[in-house]
Amino acid sequence: MKKLLALACAAFMALPAAAQTLAITGGTVVIGDGSEPIPGGTVVVRNGRVVAAGSNVSIPAGAQTVDATGQWVTPGIVGGFTRLGLVEVSAVSETNDVSAAESEFSAGLDVVPAINPLAASIAVNRAGGITRAVVAPGTSGAIFGGQGAIIDLGADMDAIMRPRAFQFVELGERGAARAGGSRSASFATFRNALDQAQLYARNPAGYGGRSADSLLNRVDAAALVPVVQGTVPLIVHVEQARDILNVIALREDYPRLRLILVGVSEGWTVASQLAAANVPVIASALNDLPAEFEQLAATQSNIGRMRAAGVQVAIGMIDDRDAHQIRYSTQYAGNLVALGRVPGATGLSWGEAFAAISSWPAEIMGLGNEIGSLRPGRRADVVIWDGDPLELSSNVDVVLIDGVQQPLTSRQTRLRDRYLSIDERELPQAYEW
Amino acid sequence: MMKPAFLLAAVLALFGCATTGSQSASNSTAAQERDTVSAFDPDPFPSTYRPYPGRPTVIQGATIYDGEGGRIDNGMVYFADGRIQAVAQTLEVPAGATVVDGTGLWVTPGIIDIHSHLGNYPTPSVAAHQDGNEITGNNTANVWTEHSVWPQDPGFSRALANGGVTTLNILPGSANLFGGRSVTLRNVPARTMQAMKFPDAPYGLKMACGENPKRVYGGRNQTPGSRMANIAVARQAWIDAQRYQRQWENYRENGGTPPARNLRHETLAGVMAGEILVHNHCYRADEMAIMMDMAEEFGYSISTFQHAVEAYKIPDLLRENGVCSAMWADWWGFKMEAYDTVNENIPMVHNGGACAIVHSDDENQIQRLNQEAAKALADGRRAGIDISDAEAWQWLSINPARALGIDDQTGSLVNGKRADLVLWNGDPFSVYTRPQMVWIDGALLYDMNNPELRPISDFELGQPSEGSVR
Repeated sequence: MKKLLALACAAFMALPAAAQTLAITGGTVVIGDGSEPIPGGTVVVRNGRVVAAGSNVSIPAGAQTVDATGQWVTPGIVGGFTRLGLVEVSAVSETNDVSAAESEFSAGLDVVPAINPLAASIAVNRAGGITRAVVAPGTSGAIFGGQGAIIDLGADMDAIMRPRAFQFVELGERGAARAGGSRSASFATFRNALDQAQLYARNPAGYGGRSADSLLNRVDAAALVPVVQGTVPLIVHVEQARDILNVIALREDYPRLRLILVGVSEGWTVASQLAAANVPVIASALNDLPAEFEQLAATQSNIGRMRAAGVQVAIGMIDDRDAHQIRYSTQYAGNLVALGRVPGATGLSWGEAFAAISSWPAEIMGLGNEIGSLRPGRRADVVIWDGDPLELSSNVDVVLIDGVQQPLTSRQTRLRDRYLSIDERELPQAYEW
Repeated sequence: MMKPAFLLAAVLALFGCATTGSQSASNSTAAQERDTVSAFDPDPFPSTYRPYPGRPTVIQGATIYDGEGGRIDNGMVYFADGRIQAVAQTLEVPAGATVVDGTGLWVTPGIIDIHSHLGNYPTPSVAAHQDGNEITGNNTANVWTEHSVWPQDPGFSRALANGGVTTLNILPGSANLFGGRSVTLRNVPARTMQAMKFPDAPYGLKMACGENPKRVYGGRNQTPGSRMANIAVARQAWIDAQRYQRQWENYRENGGTPPARNLRHETLAGVMAGEILVHNHCYRADEMAIMMDMAEEFGYSISTFQHAVEAYKIPDLLRENGVCSAMWADWWGFKMEAYDTVNENIPMVHNGGACAIVHSDDENQIQRLNQEAAKALADGRRAGIDISDAEAWQWLSINPARALGIDDQTGSLVNGKRADLVLWNGDPFSVYTRPQMVWIDGALLYDMNNPELRPISDFELGQPSEGSVR
């Protein structure tokens, strides 16, 4: 027990306040931009931002230094597509704010008030090196889920980095089910909603949308205006090749749509079209089963093949324990590296695999200048690991978010500590905290 | 009791293969012996599995984990006739043996997943494929999940090629207090379930405690609607099965009219007789303790707690009762009884002297059980629990083999056991490693470097997925 506490304290390095200049030296530095790791590099951080990172970085006078020799220093992991902070216990409906089956609203819903910065999942995933996440609502009664946000995983109540960062819509099998039973219905619903939003934009005061049988109410119409005008991205969940092409074709009628696709299990079969249309993709990394008929061509080579074809691509967690296990991101990225050694398969290089969980999702969300890499000027989301961050044997030693050191404890680590030894004791476990 | 022998002959005629024979012959003799005392066929769906032909093979230069905690660096394994012949630092290569250069590679026993729904919840996961739960009554000990298994599930080949899984236990679902019988399968492509069935593996009984049964039946205003009714209904079932058991004992001793058969009671009686192994879905420590007391009350044993998320709270009780815990490395938060997960659960159970097993219950994680073990191992070490890699491999092979009653056949690289092996293209606890070759009973059924040695199920043939797996 005592031994463990000492160990935990050692991992919590005493770092200076965020405003001061900090130099992390000697570690293997990962920039996160797709380049390969830099041994013996330095990362300089000041005022919550990255000043410099790499080899031959000079340490500013007066900087406090942390020796990271033998460790790895990387940007924080960006959860490419998650439901983080929306759920405490999935099956306890009161704690699950992913979707709103009985709401009057759909596109107008906003995840901001639903995100709980103190959710146990935030602490657990922070300890896994996750510092930012794309948080999307789910759908239940309609094809539109609502407006998602970009969050940080800092141990404070200020989680929202960018509210209403995108709109989320289902247009595959699930969208068909939501719209009434077919893709014909989901695409009709989608086109109608965007047309109504344009009507609303031209004359908000004159827009109806108040009656219960209205095709799109005012709240939902207002939320879709920036989508149809292209100022807010539209994240579309599709898996199948035909759906991917159908979604790309929507831009013929709605040319300003800023499309981002998620899921995309069959993306590799239409990779050239995705690349030509310049539509970015946040894909599931390892799905290789025909889990549904819309995923018959699923393969672990999907991301690698899309990347090779020139598609802008990142790793997301859609339908994959998206509320609780964003920490799988590093394992998934590592598996894509492993694929490179399997004949016939297509993976990613190490640098690309890390970028797929750091700068690439950030860039797809339009935040590449802010987060996801250790390039100068980015927010100082920095993780120090005790080994290769994609390797299963590695653990997180230090997490900085905006230059602020974060606690790595959670109710899971507290439970572990309580039960590490269960010898006879003077008082029950409940007194050990 | 001609049927098994007849079936075997028919299968042999069909394939025109030579037979080793001994296994199958002893099967039918045993069945005949049971037949005379039980007045019915206890094995009406017998295994027709036969090992595929293999070549005498030596793997040399590899790091070997024997599955029982042993490790040999730069060692050699020799297998022939479907069995492990020798494992040592150095061996003389027998004449004619195929030599596989394992320099820089690792050899382990094949992985055994003690909790899988491949076949009974196959992909595609359409409603027509939902065959894992008979949600029509709180006690369905009469159903045998082998009758749900679809051998064409594409998940089997993914578990083989990506996961090195050579044996799996298919469990019926946890909606009911008694979910039915499980079946242990060899992970070989086959046309029928019987052709995958592990010869002579004991049956298991799936039991469940906690949220699932009370949610399913309570939601219908039926019993059990609470944890207390979970236990009450289960105890009554044991009491009824005891009466049935006595009726048969009386018949065997004194003759007369045989009692009417009851498939529910039959399974439970088989458990009390020690012939059927209990796989008890149970998350919480307090509930596991209650289940162990109930087992004590009715004189049966629990083989494993499946999903034992809170096993780390009671390793002493588990050790004393000799119950294994089959666990995920880190799943949590999906239901209330899965809220108290710790990443160190598996190493903490192992460290407490109890039997620890890594299980999947998932068609994706079954492809990476070695990685799940590796994560748990790393977290355990961080917490000061030092377990070697070789020791940790027990979680993936010999411990599940014991819990399935097949450890005399597989689960470790010991002379005479079935030659179920994986050659990994690197450290099997590294994320960068994949199975390079997988043998089942000495037959090479997957070779990373040979695209023709990758099975494609009937379902995938002619589909877009056919191209995706090559």
